This record gives sequence, structure tokens and C-alpha cells, in this order.
Amino acid sequence: MESTQLFNLVPWVVFLPLIGLGINLLVGRRLGEVFAGTLASLATGLAFVVSILLAVALTGHTEGTTVVLADWITIGDFTTRWAFRVDTLSVVMMLVVSGVGMLIHIYSIGYMHNDVRHNGDAGRFTRFFVFLNLFIAAMMILVCADNFLMMFVGWEGVGLCSYLLIGFWFEKGKDGIGNAIAAKKAFITNRVGDFGLLIAMLLIFTNFGTLQFDQVFSQAAVVAAAKPGVMLLITLFMLLGVAGKSAQLPLFVWLPDAMAGPTPVSALIHAATMVTAGVYLVARSSVFYALVPAAQTVVTWVGAATALFAATIAVGQYDIKKVLAYSTISQLGFMVAAVGMGATVAGMFHLVTHAFFKGLLFLAAGSVIQGVERGMHHGAHPDHDTDPQDMRQMGGLRKQMPLTFWVYLIGALALAGIAPLAGFFSKDEILLSAWQTQPAIFIVLAFAAFLTAFYMGRQLIMVFFGKPQTKAAEHATESPLVVTLPLVILAALSVLGGALNFPGVHTLETWLSHTLGEGEPAHFNWLVAGISLALALCGLGIAWLIYGRKAEVAKVDPLKKGLGPVFMGMESKWWVDEFYQAVLLNPYKASAQFMAEQVDLGVIDRIGGGLAAGTRMLAEGIRKFQNGYIRTYALWMLLGLVVIMTYIFFK
Amino acid sequence: MIPIAFPLGLAIILFCMGIVGFIVRKNAIVIFMSLELMFNAANLLFITFANQFQQVDGQIFVIFIMVTAAAEVAVGLAMIVTIFRGKHNVDIDQLTNLKG
Repeated sequence: MESTQLFNLVPWVVFLPLIGLGINLLVGRRLGEVFAGTLASLATGLAFVVSILLAVALTGHTEGTTVVLADWITIGDFTTRWAFRVDTLSVVMMLVVSGVGMLIHIYSIGYMHNDVRHNGDAGRFTRFFVFLNLFIAAMMILVCADNFLMMFVGWEGVGLCSYLLIGFWFEKGKDGIGNAIAAKKAFITNRVGDFGLLIAMLLIFTNFGTLQFDQVFSQAAVVAAAKPGVMLLITLFMLLGVAGKSAQLPLFVWLPDAMAGPTPVSALIHAATMVTAGVYLVARSSVFYALVPAAQTVVTWVGAATALFAATIAVGQYDIKKVLAYSTISQLGFMVAAVGMGATVAGMFHLVTHAFFKGLLFLAAGSVIQGVERGMHHGAHPDHDTDPQDMRQMGGLRKQMPLTFWVYLIGALALAGIAPLAGFFSKDEILLSAWQTQPAIFIVLAFAAFLTAFYMGRQLIMVFFGKPQTKAAEHATESPLVVTLPLVILAALSVLGGALNFPGVHTLETWLSHTLGEGEPAHFNWLVAGISLALALCGLGIAWLIYGRKAEVAKVDPLKKGLGPVFMGMESKWWVDEFYQAVLLNPYKASAQFMAEQVDLGVIDRIGGGLAAGTRMLAEGIRKFQNGYIRTYALWMLLGLVVIMTYIFFK
Repeated sequence: MIPIAFPLGLAIILFCMGIVGFIVRKNAIVIFMSLELMFNAANLLFITFANQFQQVDGQIFVIFIMVTAAAEVAVGLAMIVTIFRGKHNVDIDQLTNLKG
């Protein structure tokens, strides 16, 4: 087949998951778990195959193409269509989404089998895969849209799936409503960000007259010269959308709570794919940001501040998934800082490697959690007190779960940035571009990288080393093959991922330059690489010194003694939630209360009620005339007649 | 020729008698009769002025009113009979079911 014809396959990356979810929705429940899980994985796997074919086709025609499916909206001169854009950037995203997505689907077959039983509703198994496939479809729409409006459909679609999957066990959680609240929080926080994106889109529409990527970006320079203020507004409102979806300051608060969802969801949506949509958006719109240096500075600082801020919180967490969640926020901060600095390729590179090793870490954490859960059910007296996510109640798991331990170790080292694993190369590129352009950013990011290594070391030691802290940890068992196989594949990718953009070869750089324009490939800098490696080793080493030397894990975190109030802040997430509660939520609730009780009940309802009461009182008075005596009526008629006559006579 | 003041005065007297009778009496049949008095006062005025102005309209109208009154009496008496069957009297002051 002619390679350009391969491009026409692109709608299938959306339709295959949709077909999968349709079949599962209709008959999946009747055909059983294996069928539903395999079908969903197959749908995503085929989407992955299509993505590979597209990548192959792109090697011959690097300029890519746009495949128009249908017209959508036509109003006057304005037209929007359902069109799929195939270029090197979107195909990279497609490969990540469907590739990592497929592995997580396979993992979920094993994980959800236990999870639905642990939570006591086996019938919900199929629903999970329906939601996962819906997510893949929405994410594909997001990444391969050729205009902002279609991208927004995907953007909202993944937000919906995120909501549905965080609240998958909606009747569970704190007070039986905790998960539902977490889902709601994610959705509403994202609404704030989406508001920003929507405003940016409307501004683009009014100033460019179109929403199509190629037309908008080709006019960008002209508009930027004519109306610099508008361009600044567009980029900053877009940043608000990015902050919502990619969990940046100040809208990151939803992501840690999103860990209420099942672990594969945390891996797929809240680590590997959806939360990187913001990074993708900035990368896609890099033309805009290149024209507005002020916005670039803001984006860079938001990213860098988030990277450091979230890293400090991750140090003080005890929940195995919460640590990874804050780590994700921190790494997203790295990516946003990178794309803000104009190092789009470095940001995308980190996005890809992060999808590998953070997906791996989450899935491995899920394996650990279920191992501990199995340990809880061990023996004659099932243990219900252990929290299977609390790292303080684990320990020594490397003996019970050797395979999970090894892949976790690989993922953690990749995240920490130990050469030659994937994370080292991608993070090094970001640090390098910071080093070359903005030393202040470099210092912030380097410190965040050090903390990353530290909290990953802390987590490794608390979970896998030392002695088991509870009976459950002692009796934890290794997960089945369907769970561990995706882990091994992801671990291999985490080891080899650095080769994607190996210094000197720059495969990804060349690949993306066809879409993003020719950039100057980052030259490998031994000094920066040395600093970053030294920081990572320092972090791991200090973690070992603090947590690893004593076999008994102290009841109080050793850092607490050393850092005191600072650790208190890290432990309680710097009171950001409480701050928002006090500054935004409570005044909002109070004003809603005021509106409801004083304005609505007090004024508006009183107007209506007063009218009714007045009419009633008037009627009370008038009804006295209707006394039932005909003679009275006759008298009144007579009087009336006399009055009318008198009026007529004396007019 | 009788001066026009006489029939007019008679009509006014008849009408006032009708009104007073309608308002002060209790018996439904007497009230009915008072009503007829007022009717006839009006009829008297019609033919008086018809005669005065030498026009036939007033005379024709009187015939119409008489027919209407006859019909009305038929209905009204039937109602009074029915009321009497139910209540065993025709005291208008006891018929206060429509009191508001």
C-alpha cells in the first residue's frame, strides 16, 4: 500500500476503542470478565497498531497530512470540521496513549479481577473497561484534532472519564462519600481550567476568525505584531487550562485526591496520559508562546514552582499512591517548565519517558497494594485494620514480591534520574536548557530533582526494605502473570526509553522538528549531567542514611525530628487544601448561604408571597359583601344605579 | 288628553313600590310580584312616550317585554315551587347557601 494511504487509517484510532466499548456495553457483562478485558485490550492494541502504521507512513512523508472526516459546524464564513491531523507530534502522543494504554488495559484484567472482589461488587468489572476504552477514544480525539474545538471535545471527554473513574467506587471512601467528593473535586477544579481554555479559544476565534491549527499558527506572527495584548491574554488563559488539566499551581489540588480511583486509572489517566494533555497543548501552541516572551516566563515559573512545591509535599506523605501523585505533579512541572523555556522537544521527551516509568511505578504500586491485601486475608483471622496503601505498614516486601520489587526499583531509579535509565536523559535535557537560558530556573529544578531522588529512596526503603511492619506485609504474595507482564514490559521501556533521544543521535528531536520547526539540538553537557546525577545519588544516599540504616522503622518519621515544623508542612501538604477551603470555598458557601437565605427567601420569595397574601386579604374584605341575602344585593344594585344616574345627570 | 305628568307620576310610584317591596319583604312570591310592578312601571313609561311622540316602537317593545315577563314568571314560579318542596317555606332570608 502507498504510504500516504496509510494516513487514511487515522480515524480508526478513535473508532476502534469506541467499537470496543460499544460491544462491552451491550454484551460484555454476559460474556464474562476474560472476554470484556481481552476485547478492551484488543481495541486499544489495534489502535496502537494503527498508530505504528501511521508512524511508519510518516517516515516517508514527514510533513504529515490532515484527514477530514466530516463537516461539523458551518456558520457564515466560519467552518469547523471533524478532521484528524497526522504529524510527528500527534503520532508521538498516539503511540504513548495507545501503547501505555494497552499495557495498562492488560494489567487491569488481573488487577480489577481482585479489586471488584475486594470491594464486593464483581458486576462492575465490565463497566471499568467501558470507561477505559471511552478514555482512550477521548484522548485520541484530543491528540489528533486539527482544530481547537475538536481538541476541546477530547479535552472535556478525558475530563469526564477521569471523573467517572475516580468515582468508580463512588459509594466507598471516607464516610461512604469520599470517592464521590474526590471525583467532584477533580471535575470542578478542571472546570476552572477549562474556563481559561475556552476564553483562549474564543479570543483566538475573534482575532483569527478560525480555529484550525495550521491557519491559526500561520497568522500568529501577524496578529502578535498587531495586537500583542491579545496574544498575551490568549497564552495566559491557555496556561490556566494547562494548569487545570496538568495539575500545576494553583490548580493541582485535585490530582492527589484523584488517587481515590482504582490504581490502573491513576497510572493511565493521572500519570501517563491525560495530565500530560496540558504539556501537549503548550507544545502544539509553541508558535504562540515563542511570540510572547512574557507568557513563556510565566509558564516556566509556574512549572518550576510546581515541580519544587509538589516535590516537597511528596517527601512528607505516607500513602504509597499519594507520594507518586505528588511526584507526578512535580514531573509535570518539569515538563511545563521545559515547554515554557521553548525546549519543547525536551518537554515531550520527558512526557514520553515519564509515561513509561510513572505508569510502571503506579502499576507496581497497585501490585504492592494487592499483595498486602492478599496478606490481610491470610490466615484464620482476616486483618481489617491494615491500610494497604500506608507505607508505614509495609516493609520488607522485596522478599515476598521479588518481581514487583525489581520493576519498582527500575521505575524509581528512572524517576530519580540515575543514568542510563530513561528519566536521566529526559530530565537532563530539561535541566540543560534551564542551565543555558535561566540559571534561577535551573537551581529550582535541580533542587526538585534532588528531592525526587530523596522521596523515591524513602519510598523504596519504607516499602521494600527493613522488616515487615504488619502481619499483612509479612504474608503479602506476588501478583499473577497478567499483572506482572505489563510491569516487565514497562520496566524494559523505562530502561531503554532514553534511546529515543540519545545525546548525539537525537531521534525524537529530528522526528518532532518536522512539526515544531528546526530547533537547535541540545548538546550533551557533561557538567550538567554530572550535577544531575550527583544530585540524584545524593538524594538516594541521604534517604538511605535517614531511613535505611535502622532495621526498625521508627514510629515517628525520622525527618520530623530534624525538620520540625517544615516537615509538618510537607506532611499536611502545606495546608493548600485548608487555604482554599478558607479563602475560596467558605466565602463562596457563605455567599451562597446569604443568597439562599437572605436574598432568595428574604426578598424574592417575599415579593411572591406578599402578592399572594395581599390578594388574600383583599378577598377576605370583599367576601363580606357576598352575605347570601338577596335583598342586600338588590340594595347595592340600587345604590349603584343611583350613583351611575347621578353621574350621568351631573356630568 | 291626560297630561303626561300623570302617567309618569304613576310609573314612578309603581317603580318605587316595587323597589321597596323587593327590599323589605321576605316571601319569595311577594318579591316576585314587586318585580312585576317594576316591570309594569317601565312598560307604562314606554307606552306613554310612544303615545306622546306618536311612534309605534314603544308599543312593540311593550309586547316584547310582556312575552319575556310571562316566560320569566313561568321559570320563576317553577323555581319557587321547587324551593318550597325542599324547604317547606319560601322565606328568602333562609336561602343563604351562596354566602361567601
